[in-house]
Amino acid sequence: MVELDDYQSDAENQWCPGCPNFGILKAMKNALVALAKRPDEICLVSGIGQAAKLPHYLRCNFFNGLHGRALPVATAISVVSPQLTTIVVTGDGDCYGEGGNHFLHTFRRNPNLTLIVHNNQTYGLTKGQASPTTDSGEKTRLQFEGVTISPLQPLALAILHDCPFVARGFAGDITHLTELFVAAIQFRGLAYVDVIQPCITWGTHSVSWYRDRIYRLPQDYDPHDKYAAMKKATEWGDRIPTGVFYQMDEPPQLFGEYFRANSYEGALTALKFPSRGAIAELLGQFKTAKQRGEMDRQGRGVV
Amino acid sequence: MMVDVTIVIAGAAGQGVQTIGYVLARTASGAGYNVFAWQEYESRVRGGCNSYRMRISDTPANSPLSRADILVALNAESQRKYRPLLKPEGILIDEHETGERVITVPFARIATDDFGKKLFANTVAAGALAAVLGLELEALTAVIADEFAGKSSEVVDTNRAAAAAGYSSAKRSCEGVCAWTLPGRAQTHYLVTGNEALALGAAAAGCRFIAAYPMTPSTGIITLLSKHKERLQIFTEQAEDEIAAINMAIGASYAGVRAMTATSGGGFSLMTEGISLAGMTETPIVIVLGQRPAPATGLPTRTEQADLLFAVNAGHGEFPRLVFAPADPRDAFHKIARAFNLAEKYQTPAIVLSDQFLADANFTVDDFELENLKPERFLATTTELTDYRRYLLTETGISPRLFPGQSEQLVCCDSDEHDEYGHITEDLTLRKRMVEKRLRKLEGLRDEIQPPEEYRIREAEDVLVGWGSSRNAVLEAVDRLNDQGNAIGMVHFTELWPLPRFTFTDGPRYHLIESNATAQFGRMLRSEYGLPVSSTVTRYDGLPLDHEYIMEVWQHG
Ligand SMILES: Cc1ncc(C[n+]2csc(CCOP(=O)(O)OP(=O)(O)O)c2C)c(N)n1
Ligand code: SF4
Repeated sequence: MVELDDYQSDAENQWCPGCPNFGILKAMKNALVALAKRPDEICLVSGIGQAAKLPHYLRCNFFNGLHGRALPVATAISVVSPQLTTIVVTGDGDCYGEGGNHFLHTFRRNPNLTLIVHNNQTYGLTKGQASPTTDSGEKTRLQFEGVTISPLQPLALAILHDCPFVARGFAGDITHLTELFVAAIQFRGLAYVDVIQPCITWGTHSVSWYRDRIYRLPQDYDPHDKYAAMKKATEWGDRIPTGVFYQMDEPPQLFGEYFRANSYEGALTALKFPSRGAIAELLGQFKTAKQRGEMDRQGRGVV
Repeated sequence: MMVDVTIVIAGAAGQGVQTIGYVLARTASGAGYNVFAWQEYESRVRGGCNSYRMRISDTPANSPLSRADILVALNAESQRKYRPLLKPEGILIDEHETGERVITVPFARIATDDFGKKLFANTVAAGALAAVLGLELEALTAVIADEFAGKSSEVVDTNRAAAAAGYSSAKRSCEGVCAWTLPGRAQTHYLVTGNEALALGAAAAGCRFIAAYPMTPSTGIITLLSKHKERLQIFTEQAEDEIAAINMAIGASYAGVRAMTATSGGGFSLMTEGISLAGMTETPIVIVLGQRPAPATGLPTRTEQADLLFAVNAGHGEFPRLVFAPADPRDAFHKIARAFNLAEKYQTPAIVLSDQFLADANFTVDDFELENLKPERFLATTTELTDYRRYLLTETGISPRLFPGQSEQLVCCDSDEHDEYGHITEDLTLRKRMVEKRLRKLEGLRDEIQPPEEYRIREAEDVLVGWGSSRNAVLEAVDRLNDQGNAIGMVHFTELWPLPRFTFTDGPRYHLIESNATAQFGRMLRSEYGLPVSSTVTRYDGLPLDHEYIMEVWQHG
């Protein structure tokens, strides 16, 4: 039996008291208990930011890496140790700004991991600058005249690129968020949940501003219609939908599937050193008598 | 040496310069000779002037020569460009030109008239060159058959016939002009590039993961591993950029396998934050840095050794790292395996400095001495651990390393300054102890570093000091200078950081040989050993150091 207490971390929490980040942490623990995952079966990966500190507050394996770089680290972990439940916890600046390129290319790979983005529409840790999701016109601690460039549409981007599970939750609705996390972690493939997380210190909107606008997608919403999902995912302003926007019936190939089918199925950590015979055989291909026609044809005329 | 012949094959990109060169290299190597071959080409896919340089000898000579005994010119422009390299007594193989020391073979006309396509011109040229070298025609056609193995039998037969036509055309004019004969000898060698040796060494060392972003001259490493990934059980991934590549490698290593990446200067610049991350999280990782002339995009297909100080200092903050620079493919094979072992033992990044010359040139290797390659793992055993701390403070600075999922122990790593458990800390006393712990690893590491190779040092009045891939050129310069009556020795480094415990003997004058403009290694030697440097031989025109260049500059400035 796994209990909430098993995830209790001794590390001192550095979040502002009352921050909705605590709601996300709670929902995550709930989801892991519901799925009966032991701490040693879980690997959290994060970058840098307030959100990215979450792994310190949930007892499990973690790699808290560089700003923006959680996804490539997690992608590699997911293929080396497929038996681990790998979850990325990141912020809107971390994931959509500094790590934007990885965000895009992770959709193409479809690794088996869960991506949870604490989207507070601001840079919390560096004290209130605009993030890629800050609405145009919002005045910040750096954009004094108001943000003049338009916000990124991360969910629509994900759907466009066939990220097979795309959802949005609200840090103020822990029950719903728990359900979303459970579904995302159970999903085989890349499951992405953007979580609206009002920043009570630097945010330009209050928690109630969000609460008044947020609604759950209706029961009869069809998450399999790609272009309808993209449209829904861009709805923002007077009404803000939450729930599973997009879920593919037939997800694309999992990252590493070819390798597992054709080379080695399990965790790569189980492999021993190659035998001397295997290496000698490989070297033998470079013996001039037997050589095959495959020299360095690469590296020609390339910049 | 009884046989020591240097050949330059020159033409435009797309004319098959490389194919001719490689087919001949294989033929000569298969006939039992030592072959050394390198290319010098422009960063374009068609046109320009490229050359394939080959040195064939009966004793090992894995270093280039600039003067040629034979020049094969595939077009007029390259004939003009490379003619000055031809020795006065050398032979020109040309399409149109006639003359005393010229073998005229109309490659293109033979190809179109007899075989219907100009495409076969390079095979005709290969045949002509084989005749001039005195190689056996059958040896050449066997290699050609193998080269075109995947193609239709018609293609194979036509190429064989085209080679024979070039062979007999040249043979007639050779009488009394060409002095070479290369009868088959009962010797087999490996013919490998530095990139191939690095890839093979990584595989032998148990590397299970490589992520890289294509960049000349290092792309060949991931290419070769990818080609054999199923059998070797190595996961390979082309990352979206070099930042992703190094972070993936770090993720794989944290997850418990040996992991690497490979790049050139520009990509390495993007990786520096990742190198610092490996230093802070104490994650072993191997990075191959194939140098090419810089700054910025520089000369993508040429060579240089100008990223040494960058490699030694790359990444913000202070942390231990390893920097190796192999001398040749045999050394590269072992060096990268050592880099994997030491990176893992000391939980720190290891950089293997290669360069375009080493990466792309084909070297003859007699024996890889596979029995001397000993991969070792340094993971902690889980049974003796209670209250596991990934960053336990220890005397050596080395903490017990587990990977996630190995046991019930939780493995927590952080790029922030952290406590022993891996949690963020702002405890400044602890910060100081963590810095000291990480740096303590450097002491143990330094004891592992091999001293430089010393050669003809005993009576030397002058010593040439170099590092990395210039070793064979320096060695040859030393021998020749001694033959000329000088007393010259060599000290050559392939393990550059931390610098080994070593004493330069008092007495001789020391001269630096480096393929860069500012003698970067000299700065390291001065600060580490207080070595006074008498003179420097530098080269930064994008071409590799060879013994003729070294002797010329050293003797005449
Ligand atoms: C390479 C790099 N650039 C900049 C920073 C500074 N930095 C740390 S967190 C952060 C933004 C964090 O924003 P977000 O991901 O939205 O997280 P939040 O703090 O709002 O939860 C920045 C710019 C850094 N640590 N590293
Ligand atoms: S800065 Fe904002 S998002 Fe960060 S902990 Fe404080 S309230 Fe929460």
